[in-house]
Amino acid sequence: MKNTVIAAATIAAFAAGMASAHADPVKVGMITTLSGGGASLGIDSRDGFLLAVKQSGTKDIEVIVEDDAQKPDLAVQLADKLIQSDKVDVLTGIVWSNLAMAVVPSAVAQGKLYLSTNAAPSQLAGAGCNANYYSVSYQNDNLHEAAGEYANTAGMKKVFIMAPNYPAGKDSLAGFKRFYKGEVVSEIYTELGAKDYAGEIAQIRASGADGVFFFLPGGMGISFMKQYAGAGVDVPLIGPAFSFDQNILQAVGDAALGVKNTSTWSKDLDNQANKDFVAAYQAEYNRLPSIYAAQGYDTANLLISAMAKAAVSDQAGFRTALEAANFKSVRGKFSFGPNHHPIQDIYVREVVKEGDIYTNKIVATAMTDHADAYAADCKM
Amino acid sequence: MTFALFTEQILNGLQLGVMLFLMAAGLTLIFGVMGLINLAHGSLFMVGGFVCAAVAVWSGSFWLGLAASLVASAAAGALVEIAVIRRLYDRDHLDQVLATFALVLMFSEATRFVFGSSPLYLNPPAMLSGPVMLPGGIAYPAYRLAIIVAGLLVAGGLGLLINRTRLGVRIRAGEADREMISALGIDIRTLYTIVFALGAALAGFAGALVGAIQSVEVGMGEPVLILAFVVIVIGGIGSIRGALIASVIVGVVDTMGRFLLPDLLSGMMDAASARGTGAAIASMLIYVLMALVLIVKPRGLFPAHG
Amino acid sequence: MAEFLNERRMSLAIALALLAVPLMAEWLGNSFYTTLATRAAILALAGVGLNIALGSGGLISLGHAAFFGIGGYAVGIIASHHQAYEPLMTWPLTIAATNQMPVLWLVAILASGLAALMIGALSLRTSGVYFIMITLAFAQMIYYFAVSWPAYGGQDGLSIYVRDGFPGLNTLRPLDFFLLCYAVLMVVLALVRMISGARFGAMLEAVRQNPARVAALGLSPFRIRLVAFVLSGMVTGLAGALYADLNRFVSPSMLSWHMSGEIMVFVILGGAGRLFGPVAGACIYVLFEHVFGGVSDYWQFFLGALLLGVVLFARGGLIGLAAGRARHD
Repeated sequence: MKNTVIAAATIAAFAAGMASAHADPVKVGMITTLSGGGASLGIDSRDGFLLAVKQSGTKDIEVIVEDDAQKPDLAVQLADKLIQSDKVDVLTGIVWSNLAMAVVPSAVAQGKLYLSTNAAPSQLAGAGCNANYYSVSYQNDNLHEAAGEYANTAGMKKVFIMAPNYPAGKDSLAGFKRFYKGEVVSEIYTELGAKDYAGEIAQIRASGADGVFFFLPGGMGISFMKQYAGAGVDVPLIGPAFSFDQNILQAVGDAALGVKNTSTWSKDLDNQANKDFVAAYQAEYNRLPSIYAAQGYDTANLLISAMAKAAVSDQAGFRTALEAANFKSVRGKFSFGPNHHPIQDIYVREVVKEGDIYTNKIVATAMTDHADAYAADCKM
Repeated sequence: MTFALFTEQILNGLQLGVMLFLMAAGLTLIFGVMGLINLAHGSLFMVGGFVCAAVAVWSGSFWLGLAASLVASAAAGALVEIAVIRRLYDRDHLDQVLATFALVLMFSEATRFVFGSSPLYLNPPAMLSGPVMLPGGIAYPAYRLAIIVAGLLVAGGLGLLINRTRLGVRIRAGEADREMISALGIDIRTLYTIVFALGAALAGFAGALVGAIQSVEVGMGEPVLILAFVVIVIGGIGSIRGALIASVIVGVVDTMGRFLLPDLLSGMMDAASARGTGAAIASMLIYVLMALVLIVKPRGLFPAHG
Repeated sequence: MAEFLNERRMSLAIALALLAVPLMAEWLGNSFYTTLATRAAILALAGVGLNIALGSGGLISLGHAAFFGIGGYAVGIIASHHQAYEPLMTWPLTIAATNQMPVLWLVAILASGLAALMIGALSLRTSGVYFIMITLAFAQMIYYFAVSWPAYGGQDGLSIYVRDGFPGLNTLRPLDFFLLCYAVLMVVLALVRMISGARFGAMLEAVRQNPARVAALGLSPFRIRLVAFVLSGMVTGLAGALYADLNRFVSPSMLSWHMSGEIMVFVILGGAGRLFGPVAGACIYVLFEHVFGGVSDYWQFFLGALLLGVVLFARGGLIGLAAGRARHD
């Protein structure tokens, strides 16, 4: 069974390779986090991207991968190197919004294309949008907005919301409130990187809320969910997919079971491109893909689809080809809005255990054809 | 604000304080006896967390993991002491800072090499996983209560060890006069290794206990290390009693500040900016406390030497 | 051979090598190495600042990232106002924002000097290991404040869209900016040399070696140390200002305790108390990061090993090793 899938992928790859045979070679600089605490996200982005390049069989893409160690100053330095020394055409791969804000504005001002595999801060979606910048993932607020919408349909009347005290955290709570119609009983900003949520959990217990929305990426989410389960508070949790990727769930364990989270992608999403992707990823890397891997994979396929239609040296033509987004996304429907951010469906997933592995399964669709709140401010 | 919520927050502060004490006690002991400042103490905290997680997953028993973490961090401490730290006792503090900073880099990268970059799984044992009901209708996580009890027991045990045993006599002699104890015929090299391993075991114990409710990941020890420094500055270097009292003060002030400040400020400004500003000020509160103590008592609340 | 390669010649060789790299790079058309050399020059300047307190004054500050970051934020905050075309403040008097480096540097030096005055006044009440822990803790306090203070980007930091200008230069060209940073480094080195040769340098040396005797002479060791600490903070703050313009970006990571450790590493790798020690150390660090960072994800392990080796076996730093003398007197 596995073999036939790979064979099919190879044939598709061969066809794609034929199509792009006449294109100019494209040099891609990938800056992502491969070391330090956030490394698993960058490793997945890279592996997803490289899998798509490998499947396409094209010889016309050269990818230079660099590790930013989640440090903004190092990311800037690497961008300088890739632009000045390696003379890349396209930059991609940054996981974190603060690193993206350090690199993207100056890179696109120098005429380089930037395709985002993950970070998509609001500054780059509204007045600060740029013709050379494309977010293939989402706009940062999207998953929080979907969580707000889901809280309505799930009948939550009073919610307790919390996020770390930094810009993405503020955007997150603003995004949730943009669509949530009930009462917000309490709004808490926690210290970024905090590992102890006893104080917040005590306040949740005392608040009388019937739902808790939290945005705590990485280790913060692990700590919170473990402590929440231990405290015996039974108010249901919802959050964006960032606290629920494949690597994090294994560290949380049973404490995450049954928690709902919003995502643009899930491994059980029912379309052929996704089935092929999940099978090929497992065969290649011997682990389940995460949302970061899916986004990396889509980004590479978008690039490959544009290369088939225009040469990268023809800037206007290449941009038009990217805007068309003529590729088979693992998320099914996918198109770009006027500010080069996706219009897509957002799903609600639930954490389940399959054998020994903790993973997600889709239980509902939170929003269909959802764009973002900033597109109107974008004058491109 | 209800009485139950207030009490729960006080307990949370106490739990943070007890955890800080386990770190600060080792640091202050090592400084008191050997005159060494050890930045790598946070790395030993991390070793405790990782070993506990790895052994707990492998054996299926948290308790086995906890025991293993004690042994492993003590062993790591002894090893580091013999290989590196021993050469630093005669050096100035600058060399000590740099060498132990180098150890921090090496420990972090080596841990990442061995265990990978993803956080590890470690949960509290089943018997302590839920809440318990305290008098007054307060539901409190059993595991956190266990940390408080364990920490206070360790504090008591440490007091007995130092005041009532032969090892304690030697440690106190070492603190009072370093040249004296070799004259007393005590094998000073072994004593130093034992003290360092004891401090390492306390840090590893804290790392394992806390790892079960937080996340076991590379770099987990560094924020705790800096908080432990604040504790020592407030409590007075070399004083176990000072470390205990300062730990509890820091734990309670930090927890209550984060809890109360945003509400206090919302009387003065609009709710959203009060939340943000309150959280920003709360994160600085213990450092302000440290500055105040420095102004009044530059050598800490309970200076050990004169 | 060891006698031949004395310290002064080493210093000259380091200064020339640092100048030669970008000139070669520009000639070969690869301006990335110019950027790398600029980074080395700026980090060296940060180290030179710390060296005033550490090498000459014996004050082991593990919190110099605070001054580095404050210098950087001074530039970042003013630039963020300037690029939004709004004044810096309107009350009690209107101050317009600027993008001219000389003004920005002055602000950065004043701001970091003021911070050093406050932190120094508190932490110099103590000494030894207390001083190390307290400087570390205060730097951490400023770090947490920068992370959680919402007005200027918090954890995300601030972008400077266009590098600030300097009269008569095109700072956007890598070589121009390098030469500017290099000139600043050399001027500061000359000033430090002048100060350490003058009366103040002698007093600082005396305080380091025998504070009781200085006090007996009727001078206040506290004041002398405080002046050295403030000067030290100012130079490191100036380096932070340049670093902000190099990266066109500031963030709390400039304030983190790892940064403090790294600045100290520059000083020690080269050799504490030596004029050119931090320059050599920063060059080695940047080279090490560039070469080994490309080879292994675990390069920091090897950096740690190198540092440990230098501390345990080469106490005069690498200049000391090359010059064949264990200690600089």
